[in-house]
Amino acid sequence: MTTLVASVLLTGIVAYGVFGGADFGTGLWDLTAGGAQRGARPRALIDHAIGPVWEANHTWLIFCLVLLWTGFPTAFAAIMTTQYIPLGIAALGIVLRGSGFAFRKVSMHTAEQRLNGVAFAASSVITPFCFGAVVGGIASDRVPAAGHGDPLASWLNPTSIVGGVLAVLTCGYLAAIFLTAEAFRAGQPDLERWFRRRAMVAAVAAGITALSGLFVLDHDAHRLYVRLLHVGWPFIAMSVIAGTAALLATVRGRARLLRPLGVLAVAAVLVGWGAAQYPYLLGSQLSLTDAASPPATMTALGVVTVAAAALVGPSLVALFVLTNRGRLTG
Amino acid sequence: MVTMAAHGPVSQIAVLAAAGAPSQLLPAREQMAFTLGFHIVLVPFGVAFTFLMMIANYRALRHGDADSLLLAQRWSKVAAVLFAVGAVSGTVLSFEMGLLWPGLMERFGAAYGIPFAIEGIFFFLEAIFVAIYIYGWKRLSPWLHFWSGLPVVLSGIGGTLSVVAANSWMNTPGGVTLRDGRVVDVDVAKILFNRAFWYEALHMLLAAYVVAAFTVAGVYAAGMLRGRHDRYHRIGLLLPLTVGSIAIPLQILMGDVIARKVFDIEPAKFAAIEALPDTSTHVPEILGGVLIDGKVRYGISIPNGASLLSGFSPSTRIRGLDAIPAAARPPDRLVSIVHLAFDVMVGTGFALLGLAGWFAWCWWRSRLRNPSRWFLRATAISGLIAVLSLESGWVVTEVGRQPWTVVGLLLTRDAVQTSGNLWPLFAGAATVYAGVSAGAVFALRALRRRWAAGSDLATPYGPEDEPEPVSVA
Repeated sequence: MTTLVASVLLTGIVAYGVFGGADFGTGLWDLTAGGAQRGARPRALIDHAIGPVWEANHTWLIFCLVLLWTGFPTAFAAIMTTQYIPLGIAALGIVLRGSGFAFRKVSMHTAEQRLNGVAFAASSVITPFCFGAVVGGIASDRVPAAGHGDPLASWLNPTSIVGGVLAVLTCGYLAAIFLTAEAFRAGQPDLERWFRRRAMVAAVAAGITALSGLFVLDHDAHRLYVRLLHVGWPFIAMSVIAGTAALLATVRGRARLLRPLGVLAVAAVLVGWGAAQYPYLLGSQLSLTDAASPPATMTALGVVTVAAAALVGPSLVALFVLTNRGRLTG
Repeated sequence: MVTMAAHGPVSQIAVLAAAGAPSQLLPAREQMAFTLGFHIVLVPFGVAFTFLMMIANYRALRHGDADSLLLAQRWSKVAAVLFAVGAVSGTVLSFEMGLLWPGLMERFGAAYGIPFAIEGIFFFLEAIFVAIYIYGWKRLSPWLHFWSGLPVVLSGIGGTLSVVAANSWMNTPGGVTLRDGRVVDVDVAKILFNRAFWYEALHMLLAAYVVAAFTVAGVYAAGMLRGRHDRYHRIGLLLPLTVGSIAIPLQILMGDVIARKVFDIEPAKFAAIEALPDTSTHVPEILGGVLIDGKVRYGISIPNGASLLSGFSPSTRIRGLDAIPAAARPPDRLVSIVHLAFDVMVGTGFALLGLAGWFAWCWWRSRLRNPSRWFLRATAISGLIAVLSLESGWVVTEVGRQPWTVVGLLLTRDAVQTSGNLWPLFAGAATVYAGVSAGAVFALRALRRRWAAGSDLATPYGPEDEPEPVSVA
């Protein structure tokens, strides 16, 4: 049951990473879209694309937090008493992101829109960096099982920096391919090209960061490095293949193939990290079994998961289908 | 049943009482109070405002009523803004469970987390269907669109029940087996349906409806005060006012039952509510006043009132603060806060009941055809009064639990973060929330101005190519 709950947690992290990540990534392109005149159309597309879905995608984060503190409370407390600085920043970043986005939509003047837009976009970059850094700190063994680890070194270290930068680039990449597909669907070829170019840049940057990150891991988080190459290699290989195929699809302008390939490339990395970490939850500090709540709690979480799959699953599909068919408009 | 091994918590308190409060207790409590106090105002708009929207939507479809349709559409735009802020400020609370109270989560996450896991499902459903509803006006068939709102209302109720299950568990914990201070087994049903669950949950749910209804009614009353007596404003006033006027008497009846439940099940909280230093019979009900050195000063005393209200007889014995072990007894300052907050809650509740009565009378006399300016003024501020009532009620239950986080099992001082310094986080949260509040006010005003100018179109991002709309006074 512990492994089951852990895999549900990993599924939540992957879903948040991919869908929530894509929403965050739109902030990167929003931020760099240029002045009010030039950036108007990309920003309108971004608004149109994530408006209906971002809250549902955001809920994956709540789901992960709840699973972690209920299923593995020791680990939750250890993370929160160690990495409270990046997590505090991330929490406030989430508030700014969501509010800025919602307010910009209804504000009437360029100045107000700009202010709200900057709040939305800047926090969309800072928050994924913090999450990436937190994951880096956990993966590189910097969160002790008893908590109260080094508040700075646990997220300002080589692995965390790689994690943070990779998170920002990956989010940007996902956003760019989602928006390319969205522009294709909306019949806006110039915007499709605009986002395709950005998808290529982000893909190459994320690829380079990931590969150089392996060298950093070799020195900074050796256990993870070894495990990634021994246990996680099928996932890493899958990510490389899917990522390359996605890049080719981008170059060739195959908008339909983009999303599944890009999602696969990113999801595979996250699953690979989970596999490399197994059977530990915090680096090699705390095992899943040691962190797990009593069996009755784990069973309850199993039941909740089944109920969630039965209720939330079809609803999410309905939301995505309606969005993709253009039935949800502002 | 809570089973405890070795030493009871009271002996732990005695040891800790000498140690002084942990340094992060103050900022942690301030930040929790601040962020939760902010979030709780948004809750009614996620939970109950959507219900008002559904009624307007139903009227629009059933009777082909264009004004109701416009109201429902505009309300959904307001709900979109408030729901977004509520969703993210709720997320902050999730982080704060760990950032501020790691001791609570580490020790009781296995039990306390379960209601939140259930809440996760409702929150997911709410986020999904709110989006479908808000963005579905144009391209879904009208009735399909209407029904997509139903899961929003239902998951709002489910979410409220789950979160309150967690909160009421802190007041009346049960369903956990402890060994050496660790949770080794849980009984899910006893955690969810703990002894305080039903009364707290119904009370909060009704409160959400009361706040949303009077706030929305207030907006249209204010519009009428500015001379807008069209049918649109009339429905905007009557619809929520009717819902609020049904909810408030129910709430007051509930409140009376709940007070006796608290008397029965949470005697320490009840002693604080009554600011009662010594256990006794013939206890007066004291309105207002503060507890200073074991005596309530500056209050108005109603002889035998408290005893009569709690047990229908002047000889009803009420346990006072002296029944609480000295080390776990809340200081006078906290008792006064709980006592006054309770009075404010009850007082504002009766003020709203008075408004509901006034409304009923006006309706019976003249179908509220020409509402007096005083009635409109009273309605215009009723939302603020309802919010004050909500906040006071929340203070009663939260401050009234102190010094415990989980009554009898975990002191707040043992739940608090001990690493680092929480003041910068609090400063950051205060700044961000101030900005968000200002942003929300600006955003809602922008919506109102746009509607007043007769436009429902979204403004495209980019330079303003249309002149600034003239605001209609």
